[in-house]
Amino acid sequence: MYLVKIYVTYKQSILDPKGEAVHDALHRLGYTNVDEVELGKYFEVKMHADKRPVATEVDEMCDQLLANVNMETYRYEITEMEAL
Amino acid sequence: MKFAVPVFPGSNCDYDMVNALRDILKMEADLVSADTTTLTGYDAVILPGGFSYGDYLRSGAIARFAPVMTAVKAFAAAGKPVMGICNGFQILTEAGLLPGALQANRSSKFICKTSELIVKNNQTQFSSAYASQAHIQLPIAHGEGNYYCDDETLTTLQEHQQIVFEYVDNPNGSTANIAGVMNQAGNVLGMMPHPERAVEAILGSTDGLGIFQSLIAANKEVTHA
Repeated sequence: MYLVKIYVTYKQSILDPKGEAVHDALHRLGYTNVDEVELGKYFEVKMHADKRPVATEVDEMCDQLLANVNMETYRYEITEMEAL
Repeated sequence: MKFAVPVFPGSNCDYDMVNALRDILKMEADLVSADTTTLTGYDAVILPGGFSYGDYLRSGAIARFAPVMTAVKAFAAAGKPVMGICNGFQILTEAGLLPGALQANRSSKFICKTSELIVKNNQTQFSSAYASQAHIQLPIAHGEGNYYCDDETLTTLQEHQQIVFEYVDNPNGSTANIAGVMNQAGNVLGMMPHPERAVEAILGSTDGLGIFQSLIAANKEVTHA
C-alpha cells in the first residue's frame, strides 16, 4: 500500500483571488505580518502497486484530472504503508 | 437543422437553450443524456451552462469524462459545429477541445449582469450574422469566467483570428478581454456569455439570436449524418 499526498497550487503567473481574500481576512483578524496566502488543493490517495510504477500513475492522474496544467502545478509525496 | 443539447447532472441552462432553439428559432432540438455514446443524426451540439457535477474539483473537470464527451470529441473531429456556453465553455477547455482555461473571476465574486461585447471576428459560422466589430449586449452569470491562456497561446489565437467575442468592460479579468474563442478549424466555439438568454425582447435583449442564426445559415445545406 502507498499513501500519496498530492498538492495542487496555481502557477505563479495565475491570480489567486481566493488566496487574496483569505490573506485580507487574516489581516482583519490582526495577523498583519502575513505577507502572502496561496490557496490550493490537497489530495490523499491510497493505492497499491499495479504493473506500472506508482509515480508514473500519479503523474498521469495529476496531468489528466487532479490538476489543470494550463494554470496549476502539482507536487506529491509517496510513502509506503503497511497493507491494511 | 437538428441540435443536441447534452444534459449533465447539474446543468441548469439546458431548457433555456432548447426553448431558444425550438420556440424562437423553430429548429429541432433534443436534450440528450450525459451517458449518450452517439450523436448520430445531429447537425450541431451545444453544451449548456450550469454547474455540471457540482463543479467539483474544477468547473467542467468531471463532465469531461462523461460518455457523451467521447461522442462530442468525435463530432468535433468530424468538423461538425460544437458550441459551449458558460459551463459548456469550461467543459470544452477541460476536454482540450479549446485552448486555455477558465479561472475564478478576479473580483472573486459571482457576476450576474448584462455585458457589452464586441464581435471581434464575424467571419465565422457562429458570428456571420453580426456586422464586423458590432457591439452586442449579452448576459453573463459566472464565478469562474476569467479566461486564461499563456502568451504563446494568445499569440496563436490572435494570429488565427480565433478570438470571436471580446468584453468592452472586462468584468472578470479575462486575458485580452476574451469572452469567446474558437478552435483553429473554426467549428468549436466556447463563450461565457449566454446568447440563449437574449433571444426575446422581453428578456431584455435579442442580441443572442445572431449566434444561432449564423450557425443555422452556415449549416442549412447539411443533411443528417
